[in-house]
Amino acid sequence: MSVEFSEKALEQLRELLGHYPDRQAAVIPALHLAQEEFGYITQEVEDYVAKLLEIPATDVHQVFTFYTMFRDRPVGKYHIKVCESVACHIMGSTNVLDYLRKKLGIDVGQTTPDGRFTLTTVECLGACEMAPMMQVNDDFYGPLDEKKLDEILESLE
Amino acid sequence: MPQVKVLTEFFDVPDSHKIDVWEKHGGYQAIRKVLKSMTPDEVIEEVKRSKLRGLGGAGFPTGVKWGFVPKDSEKPKYLVVNADEGEPGTFKDRHVIMNIPHSLLEGMMIASYAIGAHVAYIYIRGEYVHPARRLEEAIAEAKAKGYLGKGIFGTDYDLEVYIHRGAGAYICGEETALLNSLEGKKGWPRLKPPFPATVGAFQSPTVVNNVETLSYVPHIIARGADWFASLSEGTERCGGTRIFSVSGHVKRPGVYEAPLHTTLREIVYDFAGGIRGDKKLKAVIPGGSSCPVLKADEIDVRMCFDDLAKAGTMAGSGGVIVMDEDTCMFDTLRNIIHFYAHESCGQCTPCRQGTGWLVRIFDRIAEGRGMPGDVDNILEIAQNIMGRTICPLGDAAAMPVISFVTKFREEFEYHVREGRCDLEDRKQRVAMAS
Repeated sequence: MSVEFSEKALEQLRELLGHYPDRQAAVIPALHLAQEEFGYITQEVEDYVAKLLEIPATDVHQVFTFYTMFRDRPVGKYHIKVCESVACHIMGSTNVLDYLRKKLGIDVGQTTPDGRFTLTTVECLGACEMAPMMQVNDDFYGPLDEKKLDEILESLE
Repeated sequence: MPQVKVLTEFFDVPDSHKIDVWEKHGGYQAIRKVLKSMTPDEVIEEVKRSKLRGLGGAGFPTGVKWGFVPKDSEKPKYLVVNADEGEPGTFKDRHVIMNIPHSLLEGMMIASYAIGAHVAYIYIRGEYVHPARRLEEAIAEAKAKGYLGKGIFGTDYDLEVYIHRGAGAYICGEETALLNSLEGKKGWPRLKPPFPATVGAFQSPTVVNNVETLSYVPHIIARGADWFASLSEGTERCGGTRIFSVSGHVKRPGVYEAPLHTTLREIVYDFAGGIRGDKKLKAVIPGGSSCPVLKADEIDVRMCFDDLAKAGTMAGSGGVIVMDEDTCMFDTLRNIIHFYAHESCGQCTPCRQGTGWLVRIFDRIAEGRGMPGDVDNILEIAQNIMGRTICPLGDAAAMPVISFVTKFREEFEYHVREGRCDLEDRKQRVAMAS
């Protein structure tokens, strides 16, 4: 892939840089932008972000590896993140995960062969009143049971 | 005991997130009053008298925190809003942002004026995509009216508010980790002192406040510190109301706002409707997963910071997690310790190694390979994490371990000894007898 931001992303980055007294502070927003642009972050992307921000590549790398939302490989069209933390756990998140594994035919960390769904687990998403819950791309869903999961997956087809 | 609604009163108002609706309900009057007729010191004194405390978890008196910012510093000052809500069992800030973002923005304006800040950041967790958009829209609305930017409300006071999205790290809810994250570094907590009030964001004096905390400020200014303080009766050092997040085995999980003299029993049974399927209550975590657990017979405690501390637990972030009689305490604690091991930032050895050791012991017991002495070992490891780390994540991991194991020790011994759950066995014995 060609590692270069679109004009729109460059414009957003210029705007973001104005928010902070130094350029390093824009690393996390810049990595978010990069992930939107390229889908995931490779070594090349890290180097590109470092160049844009005029900071050492290691300063980008340590941020990239620290935060769980940044990924080093592509995900499916729908990225399913099942919450496994305590409020969801006691409400049956293990069953949710087992059902999704079976239904999608993939394990945690995998993507369906047609590239539609990626299944991962996450820690508390701050929506425990919806437990057991999950996030699909930007949206929260819950409380979940098998019927609800069927409906959601169908709506995403 | 009824709920008392200060913030949540507006949750039912249609379009309460829009600026026109907010203003129709008295919004942006408090900041006008502040800019027109109050000095920064008067604002700080008013907030001190209101007995408002930090509702992110630490419970530090808000006005006192503002008062620590040095007045004579040449450096810029910053206000940073902690919207990195992530303590398992806590979701109230999400509701505040989605329903009343302008209450937060107005609170930020008042706080910024009080500490002399002209730039304020909202650090919001990366997973909160919709709440971040809601805030962006609210900021745009406020800007369009001249309430943010140069010379706000026609005065000579400037204030810019920027949103900074996190990217998935529980530790960034700790205020100094949050500041490092804001500066574009990994979220490693800093040694204190110096405290953020003197050396915070970008080496400058900084106040970090929780979303809910700041959202109360306009109401305190508008209706007076005495009114707010008096909402909680007989709680000497805490005033007002707070929003409890109630989850787990209750009939009506959700957010409930109440004064701090409300008891945990009232929250579980009156507000949240009691236990699902009318089962018996087994235990409650009163303030997010890091707080020591309370047994069913310990819930007649008032939810103020001091009373919960006296009861051996903490008010924390107000995340009430309810467990019914069929909950396996070993399995629940195993889940909690997995969380803290995953979220340990790796900086301090006792936390990084200790949580890892605990995970391995719990997993081994879960696989039926418990060993004599495991329970004592678990306690010893937890006690050796306590108080030996830079930030409170170490304590947050140790406290549930110590309380769960101490209060439900027989269940843990059973798992170690028998390699399975006492609850499953008990159910089978009941089935066989009947």
